[in-house]
Amino acid sequence: MEALLAIAIGLLTACGVFLMLRPRTFSLVLGLTLLSYAVNLFLFASGRLQMDAPPLIRDGASYTDPLPQALVLTAIVIGFGMTAYLVMLALRALGESGDDHVDAKEKS
Amino acid sequence: MSQHAAILPILIPFAAALLQMAAKGFGIATQRAIGLVAALLGVCAASWLVWQADTGGVLVYALGNWAAPFGIVLAVDRLAAMMVLLTALLSAAALLYASAGFDQRGRHFHPLIQLQVVGLQGAFLTGDLFNLFVFFEVMLLASYVLLAHGGGLARTRAGLAYVVLNLAGSALFLIALGMLYGTLGTLNLADVALRLQTLDDNHALARLACISLIAVFALKAALLPLSFWLPQAYAAAGAPVAALFVIMTKVGIVSIMRVQAIAFAPATATADLLEGWLLPLALATVLFAALGALAAPRLRDLTAWLVLVSAGTLLIALVFPQAQVSAAALYYLLQSTFVAAALFLVAALVAERRGALSDLFQSGPRLHAPWLALAFLLAAASAVGLPPFAGFLGKLMLLSALRDSGQAAAIWFVLLFAGLLLMLALAKNGGRLFWERSPHHPHAIAVPIGWHRAIAVTLLVSPALLLALFARPVADYAARAATQLHQPHAYIAAVLGEYHVTVQRESRP
Repeated sequence: MEALLAIAIGLLTACGVFLMLRPRTFSLVLGLTLLSYAVNLFLFASGRLQMDAPPLIRDGASYTDPLPQALVLTAIVIGFGMTAYLVMLALRALGESGDDHVDAKEKS
Repeated sequence: MSQHAAILPILIPFAAALLQMAAKGFGIATQRAIGLVAALLGVCAASWLVWQADTGGVLVYALGNWAAPFGIVLAVDRLAAMMVLLTALLSAAALLYASAGFDQRGRHFHPLIQLQVVGLQGAFLTGDLFNLFVFFEVMLLASYVLLAHGGGLARTRAGLAYVVLNLAGSALFLIALGMLYGTLGTLNLADVALRLQTLDDNHALARLACISLIAVFALKAALLPLSFWLPQAYAAAGAPVAALFVIMTKVGIVSIMRVQAIAFAPATATADLLEGWLLPLALATVLFAALGALAAPRLRDLTAWLVLVSAGTLLIALVFPQAQVSAAALYYLLQSTFVAAALFLVAALVAERRGALSDLFQSGPRLHAPWLALAFLLAAASAVGLPPFAGFLGKLMLLSALRDSGQAAAIWFVLLFAGLLLMLALAKNGGRLFWERSPHHPHAIAVPIGWHRAIAVTLLVSPALLLALFARPVADYAARAATQLHQPHAYIAAVLGEYHVTVQRESRP
């Protein structure tokens, strides 16, 4: 399972970085979204992977680390807000310049 | 009550932001009143905090009374208290200036500026790395919207680059935190410091996490390969927003200073983390920024490059672990922040009077505003480091503190040469703005400055003189702050208390 998760994170990061380097704002937004998915998975994995274990500490029972789950939740909320704002900003740039290039040239 | 002093600088602007959003229907005057009262209270709370922090120990405030390392703590030492006061003063000045009309050029200006202050103060006060990330995001999210305040394609374009770059930075921040938690099992700064010291030989991942963290802070501080966003973003922002943004590069610098002094330098695994690469990059930043200042077409661009020069200068000081160097850097940080913020406001006032010419460095109409020229002269002289002003003292302290280091020749040459370039740029262009008159242009627009803006500019320009006049107490405070910063044991003991022996840890695979 570790290998599968590692490959998934790596693939998401690679696609995210590739899309971020594209010149259009749409692929930029998609790239950042993929990157934040990769980061969230990575954070989640930092508490070690456990199967069938609740994030509760009880005597004798196996448990998983609850802290990374809380961190991931925070990161997801923040990432979601940021992406929403970025989309609005990209739309505004498109409206003002008539072009969705990241360098938003003046309307000619 | 006094034990709650540490959280007040965060709570006051937060409460003000909520009130302002609730009181949205009552008009702009109510919003301004709430904002100004909050700014005043913020300055009082910050002064109280400085006074408390200066009594000696590190004030620790456990949120929800959950002791570290399990709960989140705020840890206030002299450095944090000083930065909190600086932020409070700067935000008060920015708010005053904006209250003269800039706040009506877009929506929600007042709650946003208060939330930005929440983020800034939190970032200086927190003693937990994930909490630092959260406050960074609060600060950044507010700054994204503030940067776009006022509208226009230039702001949207600069905003897009700024937002994307910082989102990528946040992703790296989270990766660093994940690696840190995965290897050390904690995110409390004091606890991280202890875990790093007891790390066994296999510390490659921990080192990677630490250097990623430094890279994120370097992006905020605008170290050379990561600094191309700064001049464009700061020059595009509205004047009061740009003035407040000046403190944001300092957040990165203070964060590096803190993690380096408390966690990284004392541990053998990470002691050499900054060696070799930071100094050349910082020197290159200073030179690059000085050349940029020479080529800047407008006063606000030149000021943005000045912010970069001071960031580079401070980054040079971070390389050296001596308390004396840090003390000089803290004094320099104070004056450079005020001066750059003042120049942003002066640039906007000049632009307003020159109409279509804006603050472009071209000969134009006579301005009929001797006080404006005086404000520019004071700020510019302090920025380049001319004698009676605070900038001169800051640079002198820094140069003399670095005299004994092995790279003194290179550092002295770069700092003095950059000073010369800045002096050329400011003298040439200042003369063009204020003295050179062109008969072809219409008369200057007579705009009354108003008491808001007069106080704001005075508040930001006067430190150039006051910090020089009261250099002894300020420099002494900076020296005490630096000494405290370089005694990580006291910080760790204060944050973790008696816990740090008894905490049971399971070993991680």
